[in-house]
Amino acid sequence: MATHRRSVLAGSLASFLLSLVPARARTIAGKLPWHPSAGIPPAQTRPGGWEFFTAEEGATVEALVDRLIPPDPKFAGGKDAGCAVFIDRQLAGPYGSAQRLYMRGPFQDGTPQQGMQSSKTPAEQYRAALAALDKHCRATQSGKAFAALADEDKDKIIGALEDGSLELEGVRTPQFFDQLLQNTKEGFFADPIYGGNRDMVGWKMIGFPGARYDYRDWVERHNEPYPLPPVGIQGRPEWTPGG
Amino acid sequence: MTRKLPPVDAVIVGLGWTGSILAEALTRAGLNVVAIERGPWRDTSTDFPTTYAQDELRYRIRHELFLRPAQETMTFRNKTSETALPIRHWGSFMPPNGVGGGGVHWNAETWRFLPSDFRLKTHLTERYGNSILPPDMTIQDWGITFDELEPYYDRFEYLCGTSGKAGNLKGAKQANGNPWEGPRSRDYPNPPQRQPYGPTLFAEAAKEMGYSPFPQPSGNLSQAYTNPLGVTLGPCTYCGFCEWFGCGNYSKASPQTTILPVLLRRTNFEARTLCEVLRIDLDGSGKRARGVTYADSSGEMFEQPAELVLLCAFQLFNVHLLLLSGIGKPYDPNTGEGIIGKNYSYQVTSSVDAYFDQKNFNPFVASGSIGMCIDEFNGDNFDHSKLGFVGGGYMGAVQTNGRPLETVRVPKGTPQWGAAWKQAAAKYYLSSYQAVTHGSCYSYRDAYCDLDPIYTDSFGRKLMRITFDFHQNELKMSEYLTDRLAEIVQKMGPHHIDKKPRTGPYTITDYQTTHTCGGAIMGTDPTTSALNRYLQSWDVSNLFVMGATAFPQNAGYNPTGTVGALAFWSADTIVNRYLKDPGPLVRS
Repeated sequence: MATHRRSVLAGSLASFLLSLVPARARTIAGKLPWHPSAGIPPAQTRPGGWEFFTAEEGATVEALVDRLIPPDPKFAGGKDAGCAVFIDRQLAGPYGSAQRLYMRGPFQDGTPQQGMQSSKTPAEQYRAALAALDKHCRATQSGKAFAALADEDKDKIIGALEDGSLELEGVRTPQFFDQLLQNTKEGFFADPIYGGNRDMVGWKMIGFPGARYDYRDWVERHNEPYPLPPVGIQGRPEWTPGG
Repeated sequence: MTRKLPPVDAVIVGLGWTGSILAEALTRAGLNVVAIERGPWRDTSTDFPTTYAQDELRYRIRHELFLRPAQETMTFRNKTSETALPIRHWGSFMPPNGVGGGGVHWNAETWRFLPSDFRLKTHLTERYGNSILPPDMTIQDWGITFDELEPYYDRFEYLCGTSGKAGNLKGAKQANGNPWEGPRSRDYPNPPQRQPYGPTLFAEAAKEMGYSPFPQPSGNLSQAYTNPLGVTLGPCTYCGFCEWFGCGNYSKASPQTTILPVLLRRTNFEARTLCEVLRIDLDGSGKRARGVTYADSSGEMFEQPAELVLLCAFQLFNVHLLLLSGIGKPYDPNTGEGIIGKNYSYQVTSSVDAYFDQKNFNPFVASGSIGMCIDEFNGDNFDHSKLGFVGGGYMGAVQTNGRPLETVRVPKGTPQWGAAWKQAAAKYYLSSYQAVTHGSCYSYRDAYCDLDPIYTDSFGRKLMRITFDFHQNELKMSEYLTDRLAEIVQKMGPHHIDKKPRTGPYTITDYQTTHTCGGAIMGTDPTTSALNRYLQSWDVSNLFVMGATAFPQNAGYNPTGTVGALAFWSADTIVNRYLKDPGPLVRS
């Protein structure tokens, strides 16, 4: 058993390393270039502590996501759904470092129609905005950090971020709010493999059956509730006991 | 240093739909063909297997299958008085990347344009007089008729296995098909897909109002099908991961599922992936292409000489390469002279969101191109004389997906966060429905592409600059279409609707469609078009340019059916006429 476990680990490490090697130009001729397992499956988010956030930042983001999607008696809020963990892992990865984006200068502000023009990566934007938010809260809320405020006060601050009435030093607040809200909803509804949507709470809340692949028997069952529970890319927790 | 490679008969830039169609035709005719593709090799079982293709975050939100703006982007501005800024993150449209191109991640809505669309300017001025057209509108006839293109629409549909119902067979109207379509020589190769609840309700409402609803023609297959090349596709399973995704079931028509298995086995074909064509090389006369220069992923440069150069990249990149290569005269909006970059156009979409009690639409039971549509308000199917605009579009209940990040919607006025949002999201995911209009976008003097004076790509090349905004004609059209759609949706019995007509200004940030058009348009006159009716460059006769690049303006339909038909039409002309007597196919 021990040997088996080691080989599985070695295999997953190899595929992780493989995904870091840039793809190379190639010539394809004579046949379809098919190799088993040539695809790159999604990497499962590692459990454990923050990878990008500091402890303070993590606490602030947990408090933010839990007001953006508050808990209720039936469904978890953003914090327990894992939205902050999701955002942390995204910011620690290619999304956070703006790996896909055009980041050449010169940088200048444009019209809203021209879209995001910041020279900062999403990770840098979060870092700056969270620091400025913390500074603002401590200065105006009797020295308290955002996470220590009453829900009502948290909501007031979030509302002011949304409508731009709260100016934070060096931060475009409505844009940061939009990004935070989008990332929070991503954490609530994306596949659980990315660290959010814990126990598929987002999917259960709305009635989305998840990563299924065949609804042929339900196309013409009009106006009838779909009977099967949601499933993620990794299946369902009960399919992998202890996992 | 650039390495010069042995010459080939034909070099293809971009191995998507049009590149694959051309490569198949030319290798069958015995030519040695090399296709150079900027993105990676992609295939069903390895790149989008059913075990993990259903990943909204990875593909829809983080854009995994698309070109990275870091690799290549454009700059954008609404009008010439503004400074264009780079599109740093895709929004309004999604440029493809990799083998299969946009054919990998399209919704597979496979339409034909109307006969009047191809002679648009003549048709509109004959019916209404010159005064109906706004003075700055620059629409043109295509130089080809629907009847000439019909056999090639047929070829593309039979290649794809398109699932639909004919509405007009050789002039005879057919029940339950689209009565407005041009006469077709035969029915679709496969019957329509089955319809879930929303489209069914929509069709009932539309019928009650006297319209003729019909199933949207779909490149997601209603049943297993073997195409004329002997490639077999499987039936669609209505999984709801179509657009933005590759299909893991071999049931969405794409180069992978219809052409590549045959093409790749031919010994006279070769694909080079992760190789970026930097320019088309001309000889001293400037009238003949010598081939192309490209860089591979390590940065090494190659010159690939070829007798024939086929520009088959996505619309935007075809125009970019023409501008970078100095082929044709760049368009100048101040004088109206020049041609490359002229008549850039888009698509005008809108929606009506409806909220119901006691209904369950199961939005996740979906396919990119199921749905019931009406065509009463497309093109010039309705009298425009008193409407104050020209153009139109199809509208319908098109159930493309129920992916939560894209589909969760709440009534206007609901907060976007907090307890109220959460309750509304939970309440309406299953019981709301979005119907859409898909409208034309005509061309204008001030909507164009040229090279940006400031921003460059990683090769130091100037980015292409897009100058584009919606015009009053299109916004009025969208308002009118959205109102008609809302009347039908209201009949479906919602307790609340939100009408969302397209409004200006055009923004690069919100996804609308990837139906960018024009920039090297086809026509009958070299002073007003870049390509002749066979998609051959007027300036460089051994260069052909495929794709929606050639559209003089956009019609109220998804463009891929017409892009595929034009590619077959051009391929036939190259094989049957050009190769026998290379040179201009139309004398200018």
